Amino acid sequence: MTHAEKELAEIKSIMERSTRFLSLSGLSGVLAGVFALIGAGLAYYWVYYPNTPFGYRTQYINQDVVFLKLAITAFAVLGLSLISGLVLALKKHKKSKSSLWNAASRRFVAAFFIPLMVGGIFIVAIMFRGYWMIVAPASLIFYGMALLNAAHHTHSDIKYLGYCQMATGICAAFLPGYGLLFWAFGFGILHIVYRISMHLKYDK
Amino acid sequence: MEAIFDKAFENVVRLRIMSVLMVNEHYDFNAFKELLEVTDGNLASHLKSLESSNYIQVNKSFLGRKTHTTYKATNAGRKAFEAHLNYLENLIRYNNQ
Repeated sequence: MTHAEKELAEIKSIMERSTRFLSLSGLSGVLAGVFALIGAGLAYYWVYYPNTPFGYRTQYINQDVVFLKLAITAFAVLGLSLISGLVLALKKHKKSKSSLWNAASRRFVAAFFIPLMVGGIFIVAIMFRGYWMIVAPASLIFYGMALLNAAHHTHSDIKYLGYCQMATGICAAFLPGYGLLFWAFGFGILHIVYRISMHLKYDK
Repeated sequence: MEAIFDKAFENVVRLRIMSVLMVNEHYDFNAFKELLEVTDGNLASHLKSLESSNYIQVNKSFLGRKTHTTYKATNAGRKAFEAHLNYLENLIRYNNQ
């Protein structure tokens, strides 16, 4: 390669590496938090009601009907969060008339979804062996790692959200029995708090 | 189409800074430092030199109590960078003939 060719290749690579995926709307984070809180509320109603979430369960999760309800709720929360994120990002892109699927968004998707998918499959595998208590801490920890991993390719502040999710996951692992509360705190409250603090930091 | 070898982009750090600013509306000091893996002093002096050629624009603001410095390419800077790219492309074409 000649010097000029090297220089052009260098320019191209730096242009690609420097662009970040910034189309994630702040609103989609809040919506994900709200969906998670609604899901956690339903789970509480099915498993604990009329006891408090600190108290004894009135239902056991290994009952098929309860399990099915919880699984559907979990996937609905995940699905609704992803769809609202995608729809809001598409809307943002329509305004600027650019394609959503570019080098920056591809890198973001790979960095975010690979740890998340691995974590999801791992949790399902462990669940089939009856280790229910791993679901809440492991999902929080893997989600935190996915955020940390993706932070280089989007708003770098999401790494702080990642740290908080991982810390919440560790706490959940040390305090078995309160999975639902930690889960609601991590996926629900933390998302909303994160969005508010970003709003205060940048949009004032 | 203009094709000029621009001395301002002779240095690789300045070339990289300008490449970043061609595809990003603005970019901040710390992000440059992380991406380009250069020291504070080195980066600051190259940014200063691009600023004095009027190729980039500096904008200082406050995030809480910390200063937040962002950079942005000027029209003159974009033009000069494109001319420099054309020069490089011509050179490659010429060499391949």
